[in-house]
Amino acid sequence: MITRRDFIKYSMQGIAITAIPFTAMELLKPSGLLAAKDIKKIRWGFLVDTRKCVGCGMCVKACQLENEIPCDANVSRTWVERYVLLKDGRVLADSPKAARDGFISSSIEMGHGKYEDVKKEDIEKAFFVPKLCNQCENPPCVQVCPVGATYQTTDGVVLVDRKWCIGCGYCVMACPYGARFFHPVHHTAEKCNFCYHRITKGLKTACVQACPFGARLIGNINDPNDEVGRIIRTERVSVLKDEFGTKPQVYYLGLSKEVI
Amino acid sequence: MVHGEIWTLKELFVYPNEYIYWSIQIVMYPFMTGLVAGAFVLSSLYHVFGIKELKDIARFALVFSFALLFAAPIPIVLHIQYPFRSMNVFLTPHFTSAIATFGIVFFSYGAIVASELWFLYRKHFVEVSLPLKEKKDKTLLEWIKFVIFRTLTLGVYDISEESLKRDEKAIKILAGVGIPVACFLHGYAGFIFGSVKANALWMTPLMPVIFIMSAIVSGIALCLLTYIIVMEIRKIKVKVKSLRKPWMPKLEDVKGIEMSVIRITAKYLLLFMMFAITLELLDLVFRGYTAVKHWDILRTVIYDKEFTNIFILQYGMGTLIPFIIFLVPGLTIKRAVVGLVLALMGVFMMRWNVVIGGQAFSLTLSGYMEYVMPIIPHDWETFKEGLGGAVSIFILPFALFWVFAKIFPVFGTDK
Repeated sequence: MITRRDFIKYSMQGIAITAIPFTAMELLKPSGLLAAKDIKKIRWGFLVDTRKCVGCGMCVKACQLENEIPCDANVSRTWVERYVLLKDGRVLADSPKAARDGFISSSIEMGHGKYEDVKKEDIEKAFFVPKLCNQCENPPCVQVCPVGATYQTTDGVVLVDRKWCIGCGYCVMACPYGARFFHPVHHTAEKCNFCYHRITKGLKTACVQACPFGARLIGNINDPNDEVGRIIRTERVSVLKDEFGTKPQVYYLGLSKEVI
Repeated sequence: MVHGEIWTLKELFVYPNEYIYWSIQIVMYPFMTGLVAGAFVLSSLYHVFGIKELKDIARFALVFSFALLFAAPIPIVLHIQYPFRSMNVFLTPHFTSAIATFGIVFFSYGAIVASELWFLYRKHFVEVSLPLKEKKDKTLLEWIKFVIFRTLTLGVYDISEESLKRDEKAIKILAGVGIPVACFLHGYAGFIFGSVKANALWMTPLMPVIFIMSAIVSGIALCLLTYIIVMEIRKIKVKVKSLRKPWMPKLEDVKGIEMSVIRITAKYLLLFMMFAITLELLDLVFRGYTAVKHWDILRTVIYDKEFTNIFILQYGMGTLIPFIIFLVPGLTIKRAVVGLVLALMGVFMMRWNVVIGGQAFSLTLSGYMEYVMPIIPHDWETFKEGLGGAVSIFILPFALFWVFAKIFPVFGTDK
């Protein structure tokens, strides 16, 4: 009769022997597989030429239509800021209704329903700056999501899974660019995703397509023949708030130091 | 209307998507977890460090900590847009997020408190269930009591001297392990804020430590305050009862509030208050001295916009006055109550100034936001993110404590 001690001994030996062949196996990760297949990696990048922007707000309107953000909601995936530098040294800035209707008045929104009327002769310089999600290389919003509902795709775009988001708002707090908000209808975290449903089909983003002045461009910056990639590599571009170490992938041409 | 819009007032240049997203419930969340941690540390002062004078309040604090524990996660559940998806945190925890570890830390801490309570009250469970077991014609109430207490014994009826000694050892170990876990539970609540690099006011490595220190202050203050109130109510109850039924125990027979307990606990309160205020001032001085890019806006928020909340309510009324009250000799119960209420208010204001103050300025560093707390709710959202929600959360642990005190008698020692 087999004793208990022997039974355990033989069982352990049996398990050890059967386990040996398994050590030769390797756990495969989807990202590793993709790298091994040597697919030419796509990295979506965005270029904003602030010198070309006139603040018409067509991009904001197009974005809201394309991505079903209710028109009357005071949030937006993309927006345009107006900066007015006065001769007395003051810097005024605003983005009324995210510039959905453009900048139709010379009065600057000061909050609390107040406006400051600016005279033309008092202005030293003024310009517009379109903003959107920076699709950071090192996104703080992805880092802080407690459930992994927001994630970075292999081509660099940060997406939100509306079916898994719990709506805690931590990502909204973590974004230094104010790109995130709660969707007024779905009540989950929402942000610009470079119109991922369009770019993955070879189309341009809604805002790029709507811009009449070519102030916005999108492209695969890993592609040596891509126009956006070429400008980023060869010209003097800057990014927003790089002190946070987020490595933003929205590049700006002609950015002034007042822009934050 | 977009979430946050209804209670946010914007001033000057603020990004279009910016609102006060984290409102009163997120103030309540660190406040409540702080109370949990503080109450536990207070109870451990007796169990681990053997400070005999705190024996009475130690039991009380442990049961209260358990009651508070149930209330601690409710603010988050009320705050999130999809409360029914809160299970996702346990299903797919994303460990780079500070919130993801909540489940693990919370449940380990809960398990420690529950086990400690079991060892502490095991004898009581056996003593209640055994006579009931032998009793023949039990009433329905007695049946319910019997089932509850029998279940709570977990089938262990050994209450010999030797086994009780082993229980004490287990309590000591659990209380010892519990201190770092309690500090971790709360320290990580501080980490949730301190690690947000986008927020100039929150981002400091001191945040978790400041949170722990003020948590202990609030925990001790609430336990002591509740202890005084409960003892007073008990006195009144006995007085009324002894008037109606002369055979009941007289007021003189009932143990009243022990001034020594209050004095010693207040000493610990002062000690932790000193740590908290030192760290907070260090943070403030450091920010002012280094004066990096965002100091300009932070200065206007701290010294102008939030001046009343920070310097009058938090530092003045919530720290300085209680400090003087407890430091001046000849402490009376009335004075202690005033000091404790103010200390609690001070810690609440600290949470408020972190959460709301941290959102009082825009990411543009050139605009402000003001939180107008909804007082009279007109829908579910304005209730839960307003005064009603906050008050409900604050009342909940007291209601739970009332229930728990029936199972875990906190005044068992003076019988």
